[in-house]
Amino acid sequence: MENLFSNTLDGYLFLASLLFAIGVLGILIRRNIIIIFMCVELMLSAVNLLLTAFSVHHNDPNGQVFVFFIMAVAAAEITIGLAILVMIYRNTGSVSIDSLKKLKW
Amino acid sequence: MEQIIFIILSVLAVVGALAVIFSSNAVYSVLFLVLTFFAIAGHFILLNAQFLAIVNIIVYAGAIMVLFLFVIMLLNLNKDSEAPTPALARIAGAIAAGLLMVTIVGAFKGLSQGSDVALRGGEIGTVSRLGQVLFSDFLLPFEISSVLFLSAMIGAVMLGKKNLKDS
Repeated sequence: MENLFSNTLDGYLFLASLLFAIGVLGILIRRNIIIIFMCVELMLSAVNLLLTAFSVHHNDPNGQVFVFFIMAVAAAEITIGLAILVMIYRNTGSVSIDSLKKLKW
Repeated sequence: MEQIIFIILSVLAVVGALAVIFSSNAVYSVLFLVLTFFAIAGHFILLNAQFLAIVNIIVYAGAIMVLFLFVIMLLNLNKDSEAPTPALARIAGAIAAGLLMVTIVGAFKGLSQGSDVALRGGEIGTVSRLGQVLFSDFLLPFEISSVLFLSAMIGAVMLGKKNLKDS
């Protein structure tokens, strides 16, 4: 793990871990549903980057095809998520997750 | 040279990601997320994954971010209406995320030999090579993803309708 800041597999592992942790941090500390969605996208991107790095490392194109499918599924997921968000805004008048605590025990 | 580009792109990606979660205006968050996605596309180019770099820019930085911007502007959310998170929750979240990162990096430590060799990426990321794999080994998932998009489109239209009984 010496080459954390170069374009080696270790460097990509470190960068992807950092981006993933930033995404988790955003989900934990923000209350806006739109920002939380963006953090989910950030985490998916970090995983995509790591998958591509491993695909190049092993010289195997299947990993990059998987990244392509992840992007396709993420696009569909975000479409549905934003539609649900519009409905939440219409029903509660805010996009804060504090307005959605009816199922909280 | 490649190492310098890697460092610049990494700094751009991390700074953009931090700005996404710390900016109070949602529109700025979206724009910083676009910056992060462009940096990640640059990483894909550095890995010689040209197809993924283009798809990343078109799908993420293009389509998804435009969708986010449209939702923010149509709902008129660009003013800061968010209740502040309690300080205790912020500190707990920061500690939890930092511990998660330490855990992940620690789990990756001592992963495999040869992980300090610079990744160059041969011909596997080109459009022709990926297209061959996509249309031979992954033909069925590729076709199924079109059904997924259709269902996502119908679901979004159904959810977005104001009142289903009126139509």
